[in-house]
Amino acid sequence: MPGTDSEAAATGARDSSLPARSKLAVTAGRMAAAASKSIGRGSGSVIGGKVALKLDPYLLARLADHLDVVLVSATNGKTTTTRLIAEALRAAGPVVSNALGANMPAGITSALAGGSDARYGVIEVDEKYLAGVARDTSPKAIALLNLSRDQLDRAAETRMMAEKWREGLQHTDAVIIANADDPLVTWAASSCQRVVWVAAGQAWKEDAWSCPSCGGVMQRPGDDWYCQECGFRRPQPHWALQGTHVIDPNGSAWPIQLQLPGRANLANATSSAAVAAVFGVAPQVALERMQSVTAVAGRYDVVNYLGRDVRLLLAKNPAGWLETFSLIDGPPAPVILSVNALDADGTDTSWLWDVDYERLQGHPIFVMGQRKLDLAVRLEVAGLQFQVVDSAEEAVRMAPPGRIEAIANYTAFQQLRKVVAAG
Amino acid sequence: MSDSSLRLVWVYPDLLSTYGDRGNALVVERRARQRGLNVQRIDIRSDQPIPTSGDIYLIGGGEDRPQRLAAERLRADSGLPRAVDNGAIVFSVCAGYQILGHEFINDLGEREPGLGLLDVWSTRGEGARSVGDVLAESDPVLGLPTLTGFENHQGVTHLGQGVSPLAQVTVGNGNGDGSGTEGAWRDTVFGTYLHGPVLARNPAVADMLIKLALDVNALPAADTTWYDALRAERISAVGQGA
Repeated sequence: MPGTDSEAAATGARDSSLPARSKLAVTAGRMAAAASKSIGRGSGSVIGGKVALKLDPYLLARLADHLDVVLVSATNGKTTTTRLIAEALRAAGPVVSNALGANMPAGITSALAGGSDARYGVIEVDEKYLAGVARDTSPKAIALLNLSRDQLDRAAETRMMAEKWREGLQHTDAVIIANADDPLVTWAASSCQRVVWVAAGQAWKEDAWSCPSCGGVMQRPGDDWYCQECGFRRPQPHWALQGTHVIDPNGSAWPIQLQLPGRANLANATSSAAVAAVFGVAPQVALERMQSVTAVAGRYDVVNYLGRDVRLLLAKNPAGWLETFSLIDGPPAPVILSVNALDADGTDTSWLWDVDYERLQGHPIFVMGQRKLDLAVRLEVAGLQFQVVDSAEEAVRMAPPGRIEAIANYTAFQQLRKVVAAG
Repeated sequence: MSDSSLRLVWVYPDLLSTYGDRGNALVVERRARQRGLNVQRIDIRSDQPIPTSGDIYLIGGGEDRPQRLAAERLRADSGLPRAVDNGAIVFSVCAGYQILGHEFINDLGEREPGLGLLDVWSTRGEGARSVGDVLAESDPVLGLPTLTGFENHQGVTHLGQGVSPLAQVTVGNGNGDGSGTEGAWRDTVFGTYLHGPVLARNPAVADMLIKLALDVNALPAADTTWYDALRAERISAVGQGA
């Protein structure tokens, strides 16, 4: 996720065990955050963190020093999983977390500076910064959920990201909780000493047809995968998602009852249960606590707008769209699609052609956003019926009855959220 | 070209399908079907032999390592050069374009031989990566409207005597060799740095490939309303530096 401001403010007195320089850095950061907020430039958590890190470059390490830390990274699902893990660990003690997605070092520093009484730090980390944050925070556990193509006009290539993880994490003392169904994640994790493998599934397969280790063509029968040339293969999982149950290492099945929809969130809950176990929280307890999570930073939120129920769904890349299509109400539920290509989204829209919009056959479709014409061509080629509109209001007024599923990419989602909140 | 069916071969989607390359296959397929053609799309994974009897071959863009693997496997499989000898049409993008040339620089920083189907060779650019929207005016011989697309590459491609530039850029870098050229072509073999994917932004290019395959000068009309709207919007936005 791009480095956006989060609403997580840096508040709260800092632990008295911090050295003077660090205390000063925390205070200065808080003042910068407050100043930024007062002039209406977001929450100020990122600027606050930047100021604090400038004054004390070791601040993140010092703040993390007395916390039991878990890091969460992935292309998709890291904000939600961070939230699920935070809820689960609250069973064992107070938690501090960058719950709203400010996931680069400055935002993470800000969030930790706000949690003076916490025992656990549950931290979402941008993929590119994982190795550095892992070095600074000496985590007890690191959850690696998935890797797939995302914002290719500015991000590193997908396999390069896996290589960065592999090199950056190979000497970590942390327990790695890794998705055994993702060959890139498996390859990244397999040089680590202690790995807990989770069969969390992965619907998107297009970034791992060649073996990350030797380049051979990957064989992928059913849920299994292996490279015929070098023998790199799917590890035997310790934990698994099976239908709507978590199977723990003892073979016991625990029901997952989430308020969050979709297969991807069942997978996130499974990984979260495996993480919770590292911290001594039993799956039953962890899963029960995850039930309380509803919308995460507005995602999955059902809002009333112009007298209609609209469900807000975020999908930023082909893998995310694929998971989203699998959770929406079936036809004839109306669907709004909104796509932007601002800097935070990536300015290249070619990924639209990797998304199977053909799956929306039968839905009334409304297309909007800055790049609605790119979407229109995509849907025309898919042979779908659709209407191009200028606003969410126009789409909602034209939509036939039923709950409306609104799927948007990053900045389009933020805009949509604002519009429907304003009513 | 056999009967009224078109054999469309998509080469190595497991390695070279990073920048929406599937779109090029979908657009050719769609526009051929709209003309009443029977389209057989054949996706060839890199552990399968390349058929020699296709009408149109598409080869897409990819990351540096898959590009090397694709070049190795294509050299070992003589299918694509034989298909070109048979008169097949080849449309290549970015990494695929470089592979069709004499050589390119691979992920290990070494010179990697290509297929030599286009008289071009690629080196690695010294400057910043070329990333962003492109506008280009195509070779007048091809009679195409303004090309629009998106480029994302470090490579610089140099053109030999045996090819013509596909276009001249007005916005963006294209081949990046300082000449202002974009892509290259010879007879039935085409290469470009534009993705986006390029055929969705430029349906006239898709139609050109279909016409070449059918060996006809014109095709029945097919609706281009949304393509035209997208093109107008992109040409305007990019022309204004948006």
